[in-house]
Amino acid sequence: MSTLTKTPAVADPVRPARRPVHLRSALGRAGVYAVLAVAVLTVAFPVYYVFAGAFMRPDEIASYPPAMVPYSITGENFSGAVHAIPLVRQYGNSLLVASLITLAQLFTSVLAAYAFVFLPMRGRSVVFGLFLATLMVPWEAIIIPNYLTLSGWGMGNTYFGLVLPFLASGFGTFMLRQSFRQFPAELRDAARIDGAGHWRFLWRILVPLNKPALAALAIYVFLSSWNQYFWPLIITRTANMQTLQIGLSSLRDSEMADPGLILAGVVLSLLPTLALVLFGQRFIVRGLTAGAVR
Amino acid sequence: MPTASSPPEPRRRFGEHGLAWAFLLPSVVVFALFIIYPLGRTFYLSAHANDLFGAPSKYVGMKHYTDLLSSADFRTTLVTTALFVLFTVVPGVLGALLLVLLMEGRIRGVRFLRSAFALPFAFSVASASVVFSVFYNPASGVLNGLLSHVGLGPVGWLTDSQYALISIAVSTIWMNLGYNVLVLSAGIGSIPGEVLEAARLDGASGLRLARSITVPMLGPSLFFLVVISTVNALQSFGQIHILTKGGPDGSTRTLVYSVYEKAFAYGSSDFGTASAQAVVLMVVVLCCTAVQFGVLERKVHYA
Repeated sequence: MSTLTKTPAVADPVRPARRPVHLRSALGRAGVYAVLAVAVLTVAFPVYYVFAGAFMRPDEIASYPPAMVPYSITGENFSGAVHAIPLVRQYGNSLLVASLITLAQLFTSVLAAYAFVFLPMRGRSVVFGLFLATLMVPWEAIIIPNYLTLSGWGMGNTYFGLVLPFLASGFGTFMLRQSFRQFPAELRDAARIDGAGHWRFLWRILVPLNKPALAALAIYVFLSSWNQYFWPLIITRTANMQTLQIGLSSLRDSEMADPGLILAGVVLSLLPTLALVLFGQRFIVRGLTAGAVR
Repeated sequence: MPTASSPPEPRRRFGEHGLAWAFLLPSVVVFALFIIYPLGRTFYLSAHANDLFGAPSKYVGMKHYTDLLSSADFRTTLVTTALFVLFTVVPGVLGALLLVLLMEGRIRGVRFLRSAFALPFAFSVASASVVFSVFYNPASGVLNGLLSHVGLGPVGWLTDSQYALISIAVSTIWMNLGYNVLVLSAGIGSIPGEVLEAARLDGASGLRLARSITVPMLGPSLFFLVVISTVNALQSFGQIHILTKGGPDGSTRTLVYSVYEKAFAYGSSDFGTASAQAVVLMVVVLCCTAVQFGVLERKVHYA
């Protein structure tokens, strides 16, 4: 709070010429709106163009200067994209992998967070410190040994290989621990008096009452697994085992793909994430800023 | 009553301490196999030469590291990495700060604006990069199309080594803008209303309010954002792999991309050199996180 005392809120009486009113009128309300409007258009334009371009005919999108609005809506880009790469299969791969990782991380994080909050343990702070320490290790820096381990187990190019390293998470444990700690002690004692053991208390009372935190974690984990790039790129070899993200990249690299085809692929890949962003925004805010606001 | 007819429940004998470890076990196993063991093995690999297939052959000590230090290519890689961090973090954080401050000025439609800025969230690294690759297309891309309207020649956004890194940075800034706006909005939301109200009553508004109250009070959020953006920029991979593959002429080869090239690209399996580079990456990232934890600790103490 030292910043407050350093800069008092009182307007400086020595320099009246720098009264905020002047600056404000100089910038002007219209100016604020103009800057924001330009910013929104800049940010939203790529999103608009993805959807517009996905419905354009190849000659339209390749016209110079490029068209901004599709003249005739066509669906052929979508069928083209589906035929250029095994897009349906890759879509399924991504859904499967992201769902498995999400479910597993919820499960392991719930158990670990429960142990940290509700169970007695020697060396609790040391173990918890270790969980936090896993968050600091950049995944890219240990990707080579992980690749060697999983290929050594014969799990290269398999679903196991895609999923196994991500079945637990220090972040998930940390987030759920924060949430569990706020659980009212009276409720917990009441459950115990009613004869609920740890296992029943955990799944029947604690988990249902922490749905918002679990939903936030689930959305966060699903989005980040769905969006993974480096690991699926190296651990998969065949198009049939690749995830959608790698498919998109190979769609761009393939000679026959024109922009419309690529954009159609992107539109399809966006459907689940766009739904999560639009309908789960408050959960996303909670998940993403869990480390930011103390 | 514990008689012979009711043997003690295994879980009870095991005790709550045992249950705690049982609950931690799944996570601990995953961390041990896929984080802790790989950490050690990265160091091991970085101290060993390897054959063509990547199998470690003989102990070479610090050789990979000294080779890196004396390699001009690697120095270029470090400079490129630093530039990429600079090009993404500074504009990304300042731009988001400007937007958040403008939205604070009792503007209509703030909810709409926030949703609009959150849209890039829905894009993965791959989808965003693929979209920007369409924009950057020298012949049919929108960007050169717009330039041609004002009579400017086509720019090789991704094929000219002068522009490639900046082009990748621009797409990265776009991807992360939603997150940055979100963190700073949350930061502004946590400033006590009385503080802002008191300042407003004293006649502070606009720039004055921003400079004297909002930005200083946003300090912790800004700091968090700078650190997390730096770490993210250091770890960026997908956009480089999709847009330029490290080219042209290595002008977009960052540390992470260099690790990938040495270890995996074009059938290369030089795990020794790649691991030494991975260790360098890890040290740089850990330094950033250590700074963050150090400062946050101090903040917690006097807050």
